[in-house]
This record gives sequence, C-alpha cells and structure tokens, in this order.
Amino acid sequence: MPFGLLRYGLGGKYPARRHFTPEKNPKKSYDVVIVGGGGHGLACAYYLARDWGIRNVAVIEKGYLAGGNTARNTAIIRSNYLTPEGVEFYEHSMKLYRELSNTFDYNILYSERGHFTLAHTDAAIRTSRWRAEVNKHLGVDSELIFPDEIAKICPSLNLSDDVRYPILGALYHPPGAIARHDAVAWGYARRASEWGVDILQQTEVTRILQEGGKVTGVETNRGTIHCGKAMQAVAGSSSLISKMAGFKLPIRTIPLQACVSLPVKPFLDQIVVSGSLHVYISQSSRGELVMGGSTDPYSLYSTRSTLDFKEGLLGHMLELFPFLGDMRLARQWAGMTDMTPDFSPVMGKTPLENYYIDSGWGTWGFKATPVCGVTMAHTVATGEPHDLIKPFRYDRFKDFMQVGEKGAASVGH
Amino acid sequence: MKIMNCPLNGPRNILEFVWGGEVKAMPDPAACSDAEWAEYTFLENNTAGVVREWWCHVPSSYWFIAERNTVTDEIIRTYPAGEVFKNRVEFAMPAEGGKK
Repeated sequence: MPFGLLRYGLGGKYPARRHFTPEKNPKKSYDVVIVGGGGHGLACAYYLARDWGIRNVAVIEKGYLAGGNTARNTAIIRSNYLTPEGVEFYEHSMKLYRELSNTFDYNILYSERGHFTLAHTDAAIRTSRWRAEVNKHLGVDSELIFPDEIAKICPSLNLSDDVRYPILGALYHPPGAIARHDAVAWGYARRASEWGVDILQQTEVTRILQEGGKVTGVETNRGTIHCGKAMQAVAGSSSLISKMAGFKLPIRTIPLQACVSLPVKPFLDQIVVSGSLHVYISQSSRGELVMGGSTDPYSLYSTRSTLDFKEGLLGHMLELFPFLGDMRLARQWAGMTDMTPDFSPVMGKTPLENYYIDSGWGTWGFKATPVCGVTMAHTVATGEPHDLIKPFRYDRFKDFMQVGEKGAASVGH
Repeated sequence: MKIMNCPLNGPRNILEFVWGGEVKAMPDPAACSDAEWAEYTFLENNTAGVVREWWCHVPSSYWFIAERNTVTDEIIRTYPAGEVFKNRVEFAMPAEGGKK
C-alpha cells in the first residue's frame, strides 16, 4: 500500500535516527588528534573512547568520511597469510569483524563465503601448502585442496585443462568473508561521535607543529588545533603527512584499480583469488561482481583508471569464468595504496615522541580495520606498541628485520 | 595506450618498460654505516610532483632516466643515465671493508 508507506514515512512515530552528531567547529585543543577519517582512524577513535575513556578526540579528514581507500577496496576479509606475525594479526581482526554488527548494533553485512587462492604452478602449490600449515598451526581454518574438491564447492569455476593456466589446486579458507565497507566506517564513526569524538570533514592538515621532538598541534584550513598526542592513518598519502612530521617512510604510493559488473543473479558464493593471474572476484549481496587485479606497474598519486588494467584483468578472468564473456562493467575506480618493501604495514611509534603512525596499507588494509583500531588505540593511550603490532614497527627497516608477507594479494612476489 | 620515449629505441608502449624507482644518491657501500645503507635501501621520498626515476626498456634491457610527474602521470623527459652518472661505480671492493 503506497499510501500506508507514505503515512509511515511522514509520521512522527518512527523518526529517522541521525547517523552522526552534527558537524561542529573544531575546538582549540584535543587530547588526541587523528589525521585521516577512514576506517582505521575512526576505529582508533572508537576504541580510544570505548576501551581507554579518551573522548576528547578529533578525527581530521581532508575529504569526506571514509571516502578514500575505505570506499575503494574490494571488501575481502581473510586471515590465511603466510608469516606467523601476519596470521595472528589478521585472525584477531576477523574475530572482531564477526562480532562487529552486534558490537555496533549496526549491520555491516558481514558474509562468510569461503575464500579460494588458486594455484596454477607447482611453486604456487608449494606456497599454498606452506601457508595452510602455518595457518593450521595458528588455529586458522585453511587447507590445500585439489580440482575434484574445488569443483564440489565452486561448480561455476572453469577447471578444464583447456586454458593457458589450468588450475592445479587451491588454498581454501572457509571463513573468508566480505562486508559492506562503508558500513564499517559508519558504524565506528556513529558510536565514536555519540561518545563525544569530533569528526571534522573537509579539514586539511597543512602543517604539523612541533617543539623539542614532540608534536604540539596541527595547522589546518580551519585554524590551528593543539593536541596532546597525534596519530596519522592516511594510507595513500602517508609519505606526504610523515614529511610534514619530518621523517621518511619505506613506502611507495601505487594505484590499485578495481571494477564492478552489472548486477546478476547470484551464482558465485565464494571469493576466488588467483595470485598468478592477478584476479580476484566475488559477488556482492547486490549481485554485482566485484573484481580487482594487480597494483599498477609504477607509482602515482592518482585514482585514474586505465584500459591496460581492464584488458589484463578481464582476459584472465574469462579463463576462470568463460560464461562472463558478455558481461558488462558498471563502474571502475582506483585507490592509492601504500606499498612497503616487505608487504607488511608500518605501525606504532615514530621518531617523534607523541606521534604515532598507522601506515603501509598496501592491498591489505580493509581486513585489518578493527584490529588496527584496537592496537593503535592501545599504542596511543599507553605510549607503548600493542604486542600484535610490535613486528610491524617503523624501525624494523633500520635493523633489517622485515616481515616478508608472501600471502599479500595483488602484488608480485 | 600510454607511450614512453626510450632514449635508445624511440617511442614505445609503456607496457614494454619496467619502473625502477626514484634516482637516489648512493652512499659509499664500503664506508657508510648500516643505518645509512638501510635508509638508502628502504626509505623513499615518495614525492608527489616531478621526480627523476629509473626505467628499463625490457626487450632491450636498457636502463635510463625519466622525469615524470607523479600526480598527473605526465612523462616530461627521458634521457640516458650517462647525463647524470659521469663516473662508473665500482662494486668490486670486498664487503668486509665497511665500517660500522
């Protein structure tokens, strides 16, 4: 009944809830200033408020809320990495993700699909077996399976030998999931702003003020904001902000492109990734195929899209799903990723005493959002890095103690 | 198709090239400290703007230098590495010669 619906909508009995508290002018000073209003920065503000009672916090965002890489990833969540440091870190993130809708009382559409990492070469089979053993040892559900089993779980996948790179096996990770990426950021922002965190959009940091090796505040296009502690979470622009703070990072900014197709009937439950072919594909709850490929071949501070990328991606994708030949693309975009030499993040303390960093999010940032919030809030509140992020410290490059993460997607190893 | 001008082979599809990162001043491997070497190896300027970079034309294995704007993706100029590097770098000396 359209009239009934209209009456329901216009009636005052069920008023729409405001998502966030109204935007205010920045205060003169905050206990903590977080530069970057994406998923990571908002999560950190949320856990600072919830777990540490630090609510005099500002999240400063140059653009709009969660409009950077939080809006541009392909929303895949998994923990079947290769290094023990990485597996424990991402597994903790998945545990938080599973509860997140309940924690927020806000649906993030967390959907466990099962995640395949396809292997097309003997070397990839070896790495898959290695990853499966590391995963199982650390309590992560992960195993190496072969085409007969793959066919049972994912019948739409082309397992024939009549392709350039036949599928020899796959690392199967049943808890692999996708979620509504915007909702993750909105959920954090909503609760944090209810608790008194100021979220300042359209506010660009132009200088980081320092005195005797300590940060005293930030200069923005809306005036100077003083702070007791500061943190940056601006993947894609990490080097530009750290330059303002006065130190260099082991990061190159490289675009990562993705696209979605028109929506179609659900046929693909699983998330299918091929490291060798540089393809990953999943079907969203709206029916769109969400697809991504490898990072661009050179550094760039731009979110432009290229034909080269789509030719490379879709050529390979048709080997996996030949019946998609007539499928049309609906949208394409790119995000700027922070690529580190060892494919692990750079987190925790910096050369400045009260300045903390959450960076180095190449192609693995969205899935780490909750755990980054928890661990960075701990780090900012106590001044000491959380145990889970100690291996990802900035100084590891000085000591030649990299954490080589060969389980990272979209990158050549 | 994006075109890059190779100083040796002329204009080519950019897919024929491999990016080698920023041109940085290399400290003397025999004399510098571990920290200086780590900084040279891992830390990046990651400049947003015009940078000087190494590129390689893969089919001919030819390394050269390009000036490129990392915001607009405009290739400003490409030229042989000899324009910048006048002297040969000798790597033959033993690694033990380095001091901490």
